Amino acid sequence: MSAGTTSVVPGDPGSGNQDQTYFDELVTAATATLVGDEVLLANISGERTDFIRLNNSEVRQAGSVDQRTLAVDLVEGQRHTSGSVRLSGDRSVDDARLATLLSQLRDQRAFVADDPFLLYNTEPVSTERIERGSIPEPDAALAEIRSAGKGRDLVGIYASGATFQGFANSLGQRNWFESSTFNLDWCFYLRADKAAKNLYAGFDWDDDAFAAKVDWSARQVTALEREPISLSPGDYRTYLAPRALEELMQLLSYSGAFGIRAHETKQTPLLKMLVEGTTLSPLVNISEDTAHGVAPNFQSAGFLRPDEVPLIVGGAYAETLVSPRSAQEFGVPTNGAIGHEYPQSLAIKPGTVPSDSVGEALGSGLFVGNLWYTNFSDQAACRTTGMTRFATFWMDDGEIVAPVNVLRFDDTAYHLLGEHLEGLTDTAEVLLDASSYERRSTDSARLPGALVGAMRFVL
Amino acid sequence: MTDLLIESTALEDRLRSVLPSDVDYASVRLVDERSEHLRVRRNQLEPMFTEFDTGVMITIWNAGGLGYAATTDLSEPGLAAAVDRARYWAGVTAGAMVTTAAPVSHAVGTYVSPVEVTWDTLPLNDRLELLQQQSRLLGIDDRIVNWGASLVRRDVDQLLLTGSRNGDAGRIEQRFRFVYPSLNATANEGTNTQTRTFGGEAFCGQGGAEVLGRYGFGDAATRIAEQSLELLTAPNCPTGVMDVLLAPDQMILQIHESIGHPLELDRILGDERNYAGTSFVTPDMFGTYQYGSELLNVTFDPTVPGQLASYGFDDDGTPAERQHLIENGILVRGLGGAVSQERSGLPGVANSRAQNWNRPPIDRMANLNVEPGESTADELIASIEDGVYLHTNNSWSIDDSRNKFQFGCEYGQRIENGEIVGAVRNPGYRGISSTFWRSLTGVADRDSFTVMGTPNCGKGELNQVIGTGHASPACRFSNIEVFGGEQ
Repeated sequence: MSAGTTSVVPGDPGSGNQDQTYFDELVTAATATLVGDEVLLANISGERTDFIRLNNSEVRQAGSVDQRTLAVDLVEGQRHTSGSVRLSGDRSVDDARLATLLSQLRDQRAFVADDPFLLYNTEPVSTERIERGSIPEPDAALAEIRSAGKGRDLVGIYASGATFQGFANSLGQRNWFESSTFNLDWCFYLRADKAAKNLYAGFDWDDDAFAAKVDWSARQVTALEREPISLSPGDYRTYLAPRALEELMQLLSYSGAFGIRAHETKQTPLLKMLVEGTTLSPLVNISEDTAHGVAPNFQSAGFLRPDEVPLIVGGAYAETLVSPRSAQEFGVPTNGAIGHEYPQSLAIKPGTVPSDSVGEALGSGLFVGNLWYTNFSDQAACRTTGMTRFATFWMDDGEIVAPVNVLRFDDTAYHLLGEHLEGLTDTAEVLLDASSYERRSTDSARLPGALVGAMRFVL
Repeated sequence: MTDLLIESTALEDRLRSVLPSDVDYASVRLVDERSEHLRVRRNQLEPMFTEFDTGVMITIWNAGGLGYAATTDLSEPGLAAAVDRARYWAGVTAGAMVTTAAPVSHAVGTYVSPVEVTWDTLPLNDRLELLQQQSRLLGIDDRIVNWGASLVRRDVDQLLLTGSRNGDAGRIEQRFRFVYPSLNATANEGTNTQTRTFGGEAFCGQGGAEVLGRYGFGDAATRIAEQSLELLTAPNCPTGVMDVLLAPDQMILQIHESIGHPLELDRILGDERNYAGTSFVTPDMFGTYQYGSELLNVTFDPTVPGQLASYGFDDDGTPAERQHLIENGILVRGLGGAVSQERSGLPGVANSRAQNWNRPPIDRMANLNVEPGESTADELIASIEDGVYLHTNNSWSIDDSRNKFQFGCEYGQRIENGEIVGAVRNPGYRGISSTFWRSLTGVADRDSFTVMGTPNCGKGELNQVIGTGHASPACRFSNIEVFGGEQ
């Protein structure tokens, strides 16, 4: 991914971008209507995205989504109520919508007591981060993609355009994050469930880079042409490619493994680390690496995030992600985490296994390109389950023998990232989240591959 | 914002006026939503949240192309710009589509959620006090380390106007009223943490304040708090091959993952292969495949009053009606809307649905129900010599063909010699969809039949979350691989 223009401008409320200016003016106008000691916290999120959905190298659906949502928290002392409106883009309409919402929030405030966990930033620091690149027009992108899919069964989604998030408050703070990107998340299918998965994403479309991705996928499909084998349940030496490791890390992240609330309420899947001092492998170093991610470095109460929060160091717990509410509830400082306290830019420090010869390091065993549908068999013990998916191969002496039909694993993180972890690759792959629930994601991960001496498969 | 947009004739006239009349098919779908989210956690009110969301999607099929444009700008220029964008896409995609089969329905009709007691008869202060009361009933022991009670109310109005170069003019107005109550209690002792929940992923539906009584919201808190504590000292679920009796709030997940998703025609057609996956079901199976035992009868039924995914029409405007998908164990029909039916040549249902105005419709489950049988639930328990009775899903995982699955539950009860002998913790079971339903050896009767819904089914590229309904009695399956947690 090549970066476009990036600017980080402390103290500067903005540079005249249309959506940014609109947000600024909307909040400034609303601030003038505040009553008494009211404080307004406002967050905008939006996108102007073109989507092309493909199946068998043809279009299933294509179109554009233009949306902006304004969420506000109206505070008076320690009492507050919150809400959101979808913005129309017409100032008179949106001023009226926001005024009505604020009036309703004022009425509701009469029903709520002081909130002891309310915390918002009162020391304004304004920032701006805008990254733009060269994205092809939709018809040109479609032509490129269909050309790559000619004679192949290409299925997936192309998304391109601007996404933005902003924070503003009545104390004068303004934060803006905007990026214009494209993202092609696709597979070449051979047959049934045999496919090579790939992702081409960035700020500037590069024909050569795309061609290289297409070529890699085509070679994977060729490897899949061999007769697949079915393995019996049992323990297998396994290499988890970065995308496979990402599935495991997402399960841990979304279930509170790195958030203080889940720690304090004993719901973390890494409970044994918390209670018994159990550790992962000393090779494992995990952090929230905001500086190298693609997510905004501010959150909805106006706090900025540090560049990095070490979460696991040398296999042992280090720090946790602390949202402003948790900071108040548990009496610790916030580090600007979002309300759900999961990492948005998770990174695992690479190891020493040469990335260009993982087959050699694996020797005989399973090469797992992707895992799928992970969940817990026993959350308190961090026992996880899930399926292999897409390109998974049986390797012998470092060479591909055959694709492997899907297998279910059921094993604990204390094995996979603990006593059974033999090594991590010496490079980490940047993995952009292609999901688009509600809006396009700005989450990412930076992960190496993992060589596991024994991984338990059960079905 | 208190005036309902769906009642604005000026807006409807504007929407109708921008709908092009020189294309094969055009539609404008307005969605106007108002929602309220209330939650008390550990006896402390969390920030109350009120949401307003309005937008439209313009869809145009023309000359073999399809385009959509979603916008929040409901002014005449804003709508005209969206129409232009949809036209642009229809032009770009002409000749490159997997299908040129546009929806054909231009139906006229209405649907309104049945509401017995309007939500506002329970004033905000009473709603907050109800949650505080439930919260106090949950936090009954120092070992309960986290607990909460929440209520979500959503009012969603939809207007679908359709037209074509032939002068067709459809109009469908649907007003949905949803209520989602929820409770949770988490108990901990050392490295053992156990959570019991109520509502959330099962006991929600359409209606007003009566939805709370329908599911016994006011009676559940003490039970789930006590069960979370009970699980701390309960033995681990045994491992082995045995009978399982699945309570309705686990059947909801079993139906959803291993019948619902595999029968979606868009999966069978390959649309989902890059994301949600494909299906072990192939087109040749319809009409002949023995999906389950003869006891298995599954209906697609959007007519059940108050069920979460009841509606009059899908988002392509197809009138919705009850259909059997599986009859006496034989697969007879898939879950696919008009476009998928045309593409596949297979029989389907009216289930082309979109999450919101900003997402295009795709094949989704609606209400997918297992019809009741003849046995009482007590008779099924009495018939089990060695087994477990499993309640409330808490873990789900299934392969991308919807075949190899592994599910876990919050609460298990050991059955020995026809009697429940105690609770077990961390129960799970695994199987293969294509053979699992043939292990169905008992279906409880209407007394155990429970109408439920799950609000968060994710699928599609671009991603969409939608509510689906499921109803089921308790069901017995024989010779299933069961396991517990780590010792």
